[in-house]
Formats: sequence, structure tokens, C-alpha cells
Amino acid sequence: MNYLDLLRLAAPEATLVLTALVVLALGLVNARASGICSAVAAAGLLFASSAVLMLPLQATLFNGMLVITPLTSLFKIICLALAFFTVILARSLRSRHHGEYLALLLLATVGLMLLVGSEELLVIFIGLELTGLSLYIMAAFDKTDIRSAEAGLKYFLFGSTASAFTLFGISLIYGMTGTTSLAVVATKIGTMTPLLSAGIIMTLIGFAFKVAAAPFHLWAPDTYQGAPVPSAAFISSASKVASFVVLGKIVLVGFGPAQGAAGWHALVAGWAPLLAVLSALSILIGNLVALAQSNVRRLLGYSAVAHAGYTLLGLVAGGRDGFSATLFYTTVYAFTLVGAFAVVAVVRRETGGDDFAHFAGLRARSPWLAGCMAVFMLSLAGIPPLGGFFGKFYLFSAALRAGNNQGLLWLVALALFGSLISFYYYLMVLKVIFVDDPQAPAPVVRLDFLQRASIAFLALLVLFLGVFPGGLVWKITSSLP
Amino acid sequence: MIAWTIYVTFGGAILLLFLPHVLARWMALLASLTGFAISLNAFFNAGDSASFKTIVQLPWIRGLGFEYHLAADGISLTMCLVTGLTAVSAVLFSWDVEERPNEFFFWLLLVVGGSYGVFLSADLFLLFVFYELVIVPKYFLIAIWGSTNKEYGAMKLTLYSFFGGAVALIGILAIYVTGGSGTLDLQQLAQFQFTPQFQTWVFPIVFLGFAVLAGIWPLHTWAPTGHVAAPTAGSMLLAGIVMKLGAYGALRVAMNILPLGFQVWSKWIAVLGVIGIVYAAGVALRQRDLKFVIGYSSVSHMGFVLLGLATANALGVGGAVLQMFSHGVIAALLFAVAGRMIYRRTQTRDLDTLSGMNLGRLLPFAAFSFVIASAASMGIPGFSGFAAEITILLGAWKAYPLAVLITGAGMVLVAAFTLRALKKTFFGDGANPIGGSAPNAFGGDASFTPISAAEKWGAGLLMFATLAVGLYPRMLLDRILPAVEAMHFLKP
Repeated sequence: MNYLDLLRLAAPEATLVLTALVVLALGLVNARASGICSAVAAAGLLFASSAVLMLPLQATLFNGMLVITPLTSLFKIICLALAFFTVILARSLRSRHHGEYLALLLLATVGLMLLVGSEELLVIFIGLELTGLSLYIMAAFDKTDIRSAEAGLKYFLFGSTASAFTLFGISLIYGMTGTTSLAVVATKIGTMTPLLSAGIIMTLIGFAFKVAAAPFHLWAPDTYQGAPVPSAAFISSASKVASFVVLGKIVLVGFGPAQGAAGWHALVAGWAPLLAVLSALSILIGNLVALAQSNVRRLLGYSAVAHAGYTLLGLVAGGRDGFSATLFYTTVYAFTLVGAFAVVAVVRRETGGDDFAHFAGLRARSPWLAGCMAVFMLSLAGIPPLGGFFGKFYLFSAALRAGNNQGLLWLVALALFGSLISFYYYLMVLKVIFVDDPQAPAPVVRLDFLQRASIAFLALLVLFLGVFPGGLVWKITSSLP
Repeated sequence: MIAWTIYVTFGGAILLLFLPHVLARWMALLASLTGFAISLNAFFNAGDSASFKTIVQLPWIRGLGFEYHLAADGISLTMCLVTGLTAVSAVLFSWDVEERPNEFFFWLLLVVGGSYGVFLSADLFLLFVFYELVIVPKYFLIAIWGSTNKEYGAMKLTLYSFFGGAVALIGILAIYVTGGSGTLDLQQLAQFQFTPQFQTWVFPIVFLGFAVLAGIWPLHTWAPTGHVAAPTAGSMLLAGIVMKLGAYGALRVAMNILPLGFQVWSKWIAVLGVIGIVYAAGVALRQRDLKFVIGYSSVSHMGFVLLGLATANALGVGGAVLQMFSHGVIAALLFAVAGRMIYRRTQTRDLDTLSGMNLGRLLPFAAFSFVIASAASMGIPGFSGFAAEITILLGAWKAYPLAVLITGAGMVLVAAFTLRALKKTFFGDGANPIGGSAPNAFGGDASFTPISAAEKWGAGLLMFATLAVGLYPRMLLDRILPAVEAMHFLKP
């Protein structure tokens, strides 16, 4: 293994780091060059995607520190695409430190790519920290807004505590198995021992925090509501996708033998019942608390908790089917949420806020924006023919199929009950947009071409993934081992 | 050919988003008329109506075994016919929608297109997609263009629909993962032998999930409030088509795929159906709002459908399908008269107020239509309601004689509330309850705009349908009965 090989296989990450440095320098040289910074960042992301496409199909470096499979390539591209949309969203920030913001965003993306592309606990932890530290700053980036500071601080305090737990868990696992490579860990652990369960629980806590699963979700509503919109969009989309990919790899590959079972008539100790509890709690708490919200971003925050619960269902089910359902769902969810946040960003710019009242009568001000928001909300609610519906169907069928005798029926029924609740509050958002009249005569919303194109693209993508989900499903299942 | 009903309707809906306001209603009329013409043509030119004949079959989601598979038998064709009929008249009765007409007709056509889709689907996943697709348009139709407590009624209806869908989905998922071959093709599932234990617990889930939309007692409460809150066309679609989606789903999915479960639970369905007939009729007798009377009458009539399905013999089930058609037409006509012809002119639906208005003299055409609709609704021979209900009762006599006796009593109640509504609305004593010597409190005869041509056409279409089927029910039964006899759940 020479360094040229390493550089070749890590080319996407290297491209992004270089771009981040360039953007940072550009921002320092000329504080008003935010347009150029955005263009460079976007170009860097495109270059990185093409670099991902040129990677070999299969490669492993240093015992799994850097792994390249069709799956990792696919999700690297998805993360890059999400970052790309975030860059477009961030154009509306107009801060003097735009270069720094974009550099942080790119570094966070590098972290996500490390997370996705590694099967080694230490590198995964480094990826988590790199992402986390960048995202903490991004959440607190708006120094003029006290809510942003609150968002950043909450995210940081919860996040760092969770990282400590994860590191502790990893150290326990390492102590027991003498390795940090997931594949080797899997061969060394057998039945559940107290030490192993402590290690698994500690490790999972960190990821439960990352994906905002209850009861580790308390940061999510405040961060979603307080952070600058692009940061919130990135935290809720790309960071979540990568976390689910790596969480899936850790539990299914690394802890595979200790899965256990979460069926109601056949409970076996392992991580599956643990995730089942997290999932059930998230669905219940997220949906019930979201009912009481009157701020769209806060509502999205609580609904994100609920969606984390649905997504965990696939991992509880386990196996190829379950994992691919989880990955499909989280991908659709991420694109939907970026779109929803893009709409929120426009509304916030035009009306100065993102409470329900600010959305009132959006239909009359911009029918087009209202239509896109309807697509995003209905997809989140799981209405066909949108991506969210198929995602849920796929998840639930995978969960029912797992085990024998529909053991996970209780969790599926709970998730469907949760969807019913969520349908109400998503419909309330749409009611405000389509039925209510604005309190004051509000101006027509103006959008530039790039915003219009990106929001429309995301809405069409969500529709496309609902009508023709077969392509992505096939891509995911065929890339799973 | 009949698959084009779906494409034409959805295509029309999408075009509506880009057309200028003045063309909206014409576009909607064009789309719905085309759909109706196609379904008429398919209905009368279908050769063999017993088999569930494939129209289109394309692979859709390969990994999971779902197909884009449309098929039609006599039952589907009948349901498509009533969908087209109701859609055309609903558009005609919304000719006066001035507020956001493009959106209005967009949502309306989505409901219609989704309903065609449900009736023609031969793949359970596809059927469910269409079924859920109909939910959201209903919400907007009611919440934006409705009246009387519209946001409450809209939300209640939508949540009930979604609830029903979610419950049915549990059963569908169970069928999917147990069905072995990883398919949701209705034909193949109907051939698959599910274990009796499985059928016993899955059948009630699927059946109830669908039956929520058919207004099964005690999950019917969305229907009256929803019907009352909806705009005229909304009520017509709800009563005419949407309630049938539930009954159709219960028949095509629950009963046909899980026949053993059906045998276990059929008598309980009959019990719920009979309770629905009698209870809703009793409640209707006490209503003061004309639309509430009609709303409860819908629940009562759908009780007949459930009773017919529960008989598990060809006559009863065939009668239930005939009743779906008949009730679709009659309820649409009743709502059209109450919502468009009366309410838009008088701004009230209160029976006592109406009885002082002398509407029988002021709006003779409305009175005529309402008399026809009431007669059909009561089950007077010569109208479709009689043909359908007598067929159901004949079928039920073999299975549940006691139910027939109770239903007979219930039919007296139906006649009572219908006659009461008819008398109070059109043939009141003319004494003005509000006081004053004028013929009515609204300034005399001239205050009502005359019945428009669109209304006359719409009402005429529906009246013709109920009369034609009433006089010659075999026109439909010849299509329905072979298809019913081909199903798997019939008792020998």
C-alpha cells in the first residue's frame, strides 16, 4: 500500500478538504465574495461526486479504516448532493463570514463521508467528531440571534456528552475483543455478557443522539428552530443519513451476533429490543409533542424524532431487507426535509418568521411554493404517490417479515398509529397554507431562479421516488452484501 | 380501453393547473364526460363480465413484486359507471363555483380519478395507493369550499379515512408477508390458501379498515358531519363514490382473499349492518338540518350494503353491489337538491324555516327532483333503490331471517324520515314561522334565481339513471351476478 493508492481512494475527501481551504481563504481575502465562495463550494462538491464515481467498486484499506463498496459510494453521493442543496440554501444567509460557514459545511461533509466509508470504530468516531464539531459551530453561527446561540449550545452540550458515551462504549468493545475493526469484532462477540451489553448500550446512546431518537432527542426541537435554516437543514438531512448508514453497519455487521429479537412473544436480549424501545419511544413522544407546536421548524424538529423512530424499525427488523428499507426511508426523508427547510427559508426571509401565522395564505402569495410544500408535507405524512408512502410501506413490510409470526406487529401498529397522529399536524400546516387567509396583506413571494429550480427539483425527486421507487431500492439492495 | 378513465381524469386535473379560470369548469366537464363515456362504452361492450379480465399489466417495483396491473369484471364496470355518472353531475352542480375554480376542479378530479383507480386495480398495492390518494383532496374540497363547521367536518372525515387506511394497511402488510410468493396480485392472493387462524385475525382488521369509509356503525360518525360540511359536489362525491370505495375494498380485498375469516365474522357484519340501518334512520328522523337527514340516510343505506355483503350468497352480494350503484345515484341527487338547488338560494337548510318558504311552488323543478329522489330512496318500486334493497333482502332471508324482520321495521323509519324531510322542505303549510305577511321572509318569489340549465342536466342524468335501473335492473345485475358468482367466499 503506497500513499498514491491512499490518495486515489480518498480523492473525494481530499477534494473536499482542499475546497474547504480555498473557500476559507477566499472568504478571508474578500468578505464580500460570498457569491464566489458559494460557487467554489458547489464546484468542489461536484468534483468530489465525480471523484466518487471514479472510485473502484470494491476496496479496503488498513483493515477497514477506509472501505469502498457500491453502498458507501452511493451514500457518499447522497451526502454530497444534500450538501450541495445546503450550499444553495445558504446563499440567503448573507453574513460577512460566508466563507467560514461554507468551509465548515464542507468539513462536516468530509466527516460524513468518513462515517459512511469506514468499518472501523476509531475512524467512525473521528468522523462523528469532525461532523459534530463543525455542526456545533454551524448551529450557533448567527451571532445576532440569541436562539441560534441557544441552539448551538444545546447541540454542543448534548452532543459532547453523547460522544463521551460512545467513546466509552467503543473502549469497552475494544477491551473485550482487542480490535476496532467491525468485521473482526463480529467474530469475537458471542452471547450477551454484562460487559458486552454495557458496551453496546453506551455505543448506541451516541448514535441515538445523532439521529435524534427519544429519549436523547431534547436538542432537536431547539436546534431545528433556532439554528440558521441551512444548518438545521443539513443537521436534519445529511447528518442523519450518514448516522443511519453507520449505525446500521455497526449493529448489523459489528454487533451482528448479539442482535436478539424484539418480537412480543419472543423477546431475546440484544440490541434489537433496545432499538425497538428507542423506536417506540421516539414515535410516541415525537408525534404527540409535535401536535402541540405552532412553529413550523419546531414541528419539523419533533416530527424528526418520530421519523427517527420509524427509520429505526428497519434496523430492529435487521437483515438485508430491513437495512435497505432503513436506508431508503432515510434518503427520502433527507431530501424531503431539505426541501421543506428551503421553503421555510424563503418564507422566513419574506415574512420574518416561521410560525404558522407566517405561512397563512402562502397559497395566494406563491402558489408554486405552496404546492411544493404540500408535496413535502404529504410525503412526510406518508401519502401516496410520494416517496414517504413507499418508504413507510417498505419499512413496515420489512419489519413484519422479520422473525416469525409477525413478532414486530406491535411496533408496526404503533408506527401506523403514530402516522395517523402525524397526518393531523402535517395537515394543519397545509390548512394554514391553503385554507387560511393571511392576517395582513402580504407581498407576493419572489424567488430567484436557483431557489426555484432547487425546490422544484426536490419536490419532483420526492414524487419520483414515490412513483418509481424501484430504481433506488434495487440500487440499495444490490449494493448490500 | 377503460383504463383511460384514470388517465383522462388525472390528465384533466393536471391541465387544470395551467388553464385560465374561465376554462376550468369546461375542462372538468370535458374530463368527466370523457371518463363517463368510456365507462359506459366499456360497461355495455364488455363481453364476459365474470372473470377479472386484465387490461394492463406492467412490472412496477421489481424488487418487491408489485405490478401496475389493471383489470375489470362486472363489479368494477358497474362501479366505474356510477363513478362517471356522479362525476359528471357533480361537475354540473358546481357550475357556479367562482372561488378558486381551478383548484376546486383539480381536487374534484383527483377524487374521481383515484376512485376509478381503486375500482380497476388488480394489484393490492396499486389499489391501496389509489385509495389513499383520495383522502387529501377530500380535505381541501371541504375545508376550502365547504360550509357549516367545515374545518371540523373536513378534519374529522380525513382522519377517519386515514385511520381506516392505516388499519387496513396492517392487514395488507400481513397478507403481503405471509402470502409466500411475495406478490400482492389480487388474483394470486385469492388463490393462496391462508391458514384459518391467520384469516380469523386478519379478516376483521382489513374489513373494518375498509368499512370505515363505507360508514359502518359505529365508525360512521364522520359521514354526516363530513357530508354536511362539504360543498355540494363534495357531498355528491362522498356519498356517491367515496363511501363505495370502502365497501368495494371490503368486498374485493377482505372477503375475496380471506374467505374463511369472512365465514367466521359474517354474522357480526350483518349485526353491524342492521344496527346501522335502523340506528341511522332513527337519528335521521330527529334532524333539523336537511343535509344531516340525507347524511344519516346515507349511513342507513350503506347498512344495506353491509347486510348484503354479509349474506355470503350471490343474491345478497349482487344486491349489495346494485345498492352501491343505486345509492350513489340517489344520494348524489338528494345532496344536489339540498345543497345546490335549495341551500344556495335560501341560505338555510333548517327544516322548520324551509317549511315556511313554500318552496314547492317557488322551485317546482327542485321539488320534482326531490320527490323522485325521495321515492327512490324509500324504495318505491320502479326506482333503483327498490330493486337493490329487495335483492338484498331476498338474499338475507336465506341467511339471516331475523335481520330481514328488523330491517323491515327499519325501512318504515326510512320512509318516515324521508317523507318528513320532503314535506317540511317543499310542502310546508306556507305559514311563515319568522312572521310577516309576505310569502316568505326573503322578499318574495323573485328572490330565487331560476334553476339553471346545468342543474337541470345534472339532475336529469341522475333521475334517468335511477329510473332506468329501477325499471330494468337486469341491465346491471347481468353484469354483477356472474362476477359475484366467480368469487371465492360464496356459501354453496
